Amino acid sequence: MAVVTRTSPKSGAGGRLGEKRVTRWLWIIFFLGPHLIGMSLFLILPIIASQVLSLAEWDLLTPPKWVGLDNYTALFASPDFWSALGHTFLFIIGYLPVVLVLGLGLALLLNQKLRGLVLFRLAFFMPVVSAWVAVALLWKWLLNPRYGLVNYLIGLLGIQGPGWIFDPGWSIPSIILASVWKDLGFVMMLLLAGLQAIPLEYSEAARIDGANNLKLLWKITLPLLSPTLFFVIVISLINSFQVFDQVYVMTGGGPAGSSQVLVGEIVNNAFSYSRFGYASAMSWVLFALIFVVTLVQWALQKRFVHYQ
Amino acid sequence: MDQYFKGTTNMEANNQPIQFSNHYQTHPLKVVAKVVRKTLMYFALVVAALFSLLPFLWMLSTSLKAPGEVLSVSPVFVPTNPTLANYAAIAEAFPLGRIFLNSIGVAVVTTLGQLLFCSMAAFAFARIPFKGRNALFIVYLTTLMIPSQVTITPLFILMTGLGWVNTYQGLILPGMFSAFGVFLLRQSFLGFPREYEEAASLDGANYWTIYLRLVLPFARPALATLSVLGFMSAWNSFLWPLFVTRDVEIMTLPVALATLQGRWTTQWNLVMAGAMLAILPILLMYLCAQRFFVQGMTMSGLKG
Repeated sequence: MAVVTRTSPKSGAGGRLGEKRVTRWLWIIFFLGPHLIGMSLFLILPIIASQVLSLAEWDLLTPPKWVGLDNYTALFASPDFWSALGHTFLFIIGYLPVVLVLGLGLALLLNQKLRGLVLFRLAFFMPVVSAWVAVALLWKWLLNPRYGLVNYLIGLLGIQGPGWIFDPGWSIPSIILASVWKDLGFVMMLLLAGLQAIPLEYSEAARIDGANNLKLLWKITLPLLSPTLFFVIVISLINSFQVFDQVYVMTGGGPAGSSQVLVGEIVNNAFSYSRFGYASAMSWVLFALIFVVTLVQWALQKRFVHYQ
Repeated sequence: MDQYFKGTTNMEANNQPIQFSNHYQTHPLKVVAKVVRKTLMYFALVVAALFSLLPFLWMLSTSLKAPGEVLSVSPVFVPTNPTLANYAAIAEAFPLGRIFLNSIGVAVVTTLGQLLFCSMAAFAFARIPFKGRNALFIVYLTTLMIPSQVTITPLFILMTGLGWVNTYQGLILPGMFSAFGVFLLRQSFLGFPREYEEAASLDGANYWTIYLRLVLPFARPALATLSVLGFMSAWNSFLWPLFVTRDVEIMTLPVALATLQGRWTTQWNLVMAGAMLAILPILLMYLCAQRFFVQGMTMSGLKG
């Protein structure tokens, strides 16, 4: 998660005049206490527990057994894990470029002076706010090989549509298609906000110097948009690693395990096989992947991104 | 702008008087090019809008169809006899009213809890100086980076231990203490002018009065943003409710919907009616509070 912190100018400079220390601490406990207790119980404690749990074997019925790093070694030796990881990467490779290019195209269009933009924006954002379960069911229906709308429309072009979620070779593309549809408006909106933050003087100056549209886009707009573009890539990447809802509903990881993803593996191991330690270990591998992305973001951000 | 400049150069070259309108000075081919360009842009936008909207219309249309029209090889776009029978059928097979109320209740309570607890914590972080404040805030920020899948297994074990599996408190409480909410509100609270706070405390106001009467009204836009995002993410949430609910009486709409499709694999008219019910409230809310949805997501990069 990319976050920007800002500290208030006078923070930490002691309390207000004539205030007793004890009184102030009581106020702090009053304001912060409830949230801190909730956070500790439902977030921080589970995080620590998960770390410990990943070093143990526990099915909740028999007492937990300390196994050290066995869960991790078993994980890296498991073909199911590697295939889930592979499918997750396959999803990312298919999803990310498409959603970025289409989202950028739409953002550029919506940044023009055209009529009815409000309505277009409304339309593009509708899938974003809808529940994934409903959207996944909708796409499952749209992609029905026999009666689905998609194969009907493809058929109009004289092409026989694939079996989509019923075909092991097409299950991941089906999930990519649904995901692009749902997230397009989100990516578009973030990029549009970035485009609108670019001062007009730059493009006006370039136009006076005789730059054409393509040159303007390539030399002025995209470099100035790069911080936003970078942010969007990182956010989308982090979200993509956690892809689950649509997979669970659309394919359930099938057919023949062809679309099982990392989070699906975690869920299966925890709740179908009661391998809670193993599932925790896997969730930490997921965290490590996300952490690496975040580190790369920090490292690269300073280097090749243009700030005005 | 560019037209003006091109106009001037033309003028100089042809020695034309100034009263000629821009129209005559621009080369006709350029006008055509501009019209073509605009048409292409509209065309692209319309295609994209169709791509976004057509599936929704298909969902609506399917949900109003009689079974016979659903599975036809050449699709029926507008049902010949639109019927609400599918919605009624769902209501018969499921305690639909109960599930709907569950969803609304969970979303409302989660949102209210987030507003109260996050705003209080954010107030402490933004306005009351204390030792270790920055360190604690960094801990808060760090938790934002950890995916929810990491905590879900121990959380489930914790709920089992507390006997909270399949209860409302088990369903609601974990979503109530958002670190993101604290972060969002703190940013906004920091912008509250310190002079007002000092003036109020000279008048004898304590922290609670400053929080309730000054800072909260000041931060209304941020509170609205958090409400909208909190409500949406609670309403759409799937993974946690899937784990923690067992009986249909306690399920939220997305979870019930997922079970629905397992039961009626080929009755797409029923499944689509259920899907319509799951998205309509949020779509209505989005139409009413568009600004806050967009602002919240753009600011945070969260899809809720």
